[in-house]
Amino acid sequence: MTSETDHSHDEHGLGEAVAARIERRWATLSVVIICVLVGLAAFFGIYHATMPQGRVETADPTTLHLSGEFVESNLGSALEADGSVTVRAIGQQYSFTPQCLVVPAETPITIRATSADVVHGFLIEGTNINTMLVPGYVSDLPIRFNAPGEHVMPCQEFCGIGHQGMWGKVKVVDQTAFRNMAASKRRLTCVD
Amino acid sequence: MLINKRLILAHFWLAFIVFGAALVLGAWQMFERSPLNVWHLNPEFYYRSVTAHGTVMGYVFPTLIAMGFGYAISEAALERPLVGRRWAWAGIALVAIGSVVAMVPVSLGLASVLYTFYPPMIGNVFYYIGVVLVVVGSWIWVALMSINLAVWKRDNRDKPVPLAMFANVAGSYLWGWTAVGAALELIFQIIPTALGLTTTIDAGLARVFFSWTLHAIVYFWLIPTYIAYYTIFPRAIGGRLYSDAMGRVAFIMFVVVAMPIGVHHLFADPQVGAGFKFMQSVFTGLVALPTLLTVFTICASAEIASRLRGGRGAFGWIRALPWENPIMVATALSLVMLGFGGAGGLINMSYQLNTSIHNTQWVTGHFHLIFGGAIVIMYFAIAYDLWPHLTGRTLDSYGLMRTQLWLWFIGMIVTTFPWHYVGILGMPRRMAFYDYANPAISPQAFSVTMSAFGGLILLTSGILFLIVLVRGQFAPRGEAGAYTFAIPLHMPARLPVALNSFGLWLALMIGLTVVNYGYPIGQLMAVRNTSVPAVYVGASR
Repeated sequence: MTSETDHSHDEHGLGEAVAARIERRWATLSVVIICVLVGLAAFFGIYHATMPQGRVETADPTTLHLSGEFVESNLGSALEADGSVTVRAIGQQYSFTPQCLVVPAETPITIRATSADVVHGFLIEGTNINTMLVPGYVSDLPIRFNAPGEHVMPCQEFCGIGHQGMWGKVKVVDQTAFRNMAASKRRLTCVD
Repeated sequence: MLINKRLILAHFWLAFIVFGAALVLGAWQMFERSPLNVWHLNPEFYYRSVTAHGTVMGYVFPTLIAMGFGYAISEAALERPLVGRRWAWAGIALVAIGSVVAMVPVSLGLASVLYTFYPPMIGNVFYYIGVVLVVVGSWIWVALMSINLAVWKRDNRDKPVPLAMFANVAGSYLWGWTAVGAALELIFQIIPTALGLTTTIDAGLARVFFSWTLHAIVYFWLIPTYIAYYTIFPRAIGGRLYSDAMGRVAFIMFVVVAMPIGVHHLFADPQVGAGFKFMQSVFTGLVALPTLLTVFTICASAEIASRLRGGRGAFGWIRALPWENPIMVATALSLVMLGFGGAGGLINMSYQLNTSIHNTQWVTGHFHLIFGGAIVIMYFAIAYDLWPHLTGRTLDSYGLMRTQLWLWFIGMIVTTFPWHYVGILGMPRRMAFYDYANPAISPQAFSVTMSAFGGLILLTSGILFLIVLVRGQFAPRGEAGAYTFAIPLHMPARLPVALNSFGLWLALMIGLTVVNYGYPIGQLMAVRNTSVPAVYVGASR
């Protein structure tokens, strides 16, 4: 496999040097593009603390209903002492509990959720809120809604033959309305 | 010099027959879940179909292409008959038997778990055994490629390994090692549970094992396409390969960094910590590098061919390319789809942007564009290029070939662009049907309908492709001559050892995988009480 050429040996060498130089320039540019992309991800990850879940927490799906934070009476939205809200939910074939979440707008919210059987997904349409529910593990996600409104909340991971029916709802209300509701009930949902 | 033509032809025919069957299922699925369908079947049929479509398109079809093309490269590039012919037949037999063993329970609805397995859902054990047989069959090919290279090297010391063979062996090593992740999941977790030996399974750990396979498998599918870019395309359009060394660098990079990046599929998962997610995100960035290098080299090679034909100007040379040549058409369309798909891929792998599209229809659109589009269109090109050499008959229905390739491209764009769009709107993937009457979902109805028409265009193109191949089998005899690969513009007289052997790169491949996966796997194995009860599907237990 030698390359045939009509040029003299010197011209051949020159052409090869030019080809190699152009190629090196392109390779350098490619490396710079990748570095910029990775650098952006690192900067926003650290500076704005936008990063996926940091640590691994476990929860036994066989005893979720008996004790611990995911017992049924503890599911739904809870107003914390610092004014933030914690929402606890579970996914199971083929629904969420609670099936309708009610949360305040413009408030820091922590979602804590897990699965009672197989792998499910947790996605709120019209937002970037999107995580997995893996049985045995707890998903912990900081979120925030800018405005009141309603969203659909489908399961985004295949969980069996009823997967297409697994849609929940999220109702975002303004802060005052939420506080009024929270005054009379310990855990809030919009399941009627 | 192709000697074992029947062996190679058997791989390609089996690959394209199962491809045709899975394509019909795919087109039906696009219709079934669209607003066009008003009479819903049992949703279970849909998931059965998705399982079959994914298993065939993901595990059987590309594996057979890589194997058949690999044997052809070994004989043509090394200019000697394949060593281990009987083993090669045993390999394809295992793939065929495995496919049948896997597809019977799937067809009966006993293993509707999708090709990504999704434990703790557990289907019929024969589904998993079938998949293992397919993988074992392909491992015979991995070994044979390595052996054939070693035999050639013994007789050709200090000579550069032909680029096509170098890339082919790189692809085989990549597959050999990346399949280990899913193999561990199947052998140590899923199959014991499917057999009833244990009734619990750690779903988080299983997802980590699977991610080891899940991403790099795409590069295994991609390697034949890249081999065609580098070694078929420049020759087919009458040009030269711009750079032989850069090709080697690209294939080496795939071997080294394709594996330790799979955790970017688990950004949204609770069982892996943020540190390793970020680390693997960075490595995923690196794997874009060989593609950027390849795009440059292939476009430069095209420019050489065009200028040799009298092409002029900064962009005028593009018009002077041989657009009547199917390989030219396929490569150009493949690069366009690779561009869009690659840009989407950079979004998926991004630490932050991923949450906008994770597990939505965007992801399905993305991998159909990259795999079904950019990669498979080059499988067509490879078949068109090899067919006269394999059959000893002329293949000259160029008009039909061009129509077929253009239809595939148009079909893929019409299918996947709306698919990406509804993903951004938040439409979840892998659902048998949607309630388009719901005001929150109805804005997605038009786009999904468009995708369904795209599916029909793809099916038409697939049928045309099979017609071209069948016609090739019955065409008049014609001598195609020796099968050759593109000649580089400047062939270095001698290559550095690093660009001519794999030792160092295999050590890095295994080392980096152990570093990037060792901790997440070790951590999950150490954490207690994470095994959850298996949920058996499809059977009344």
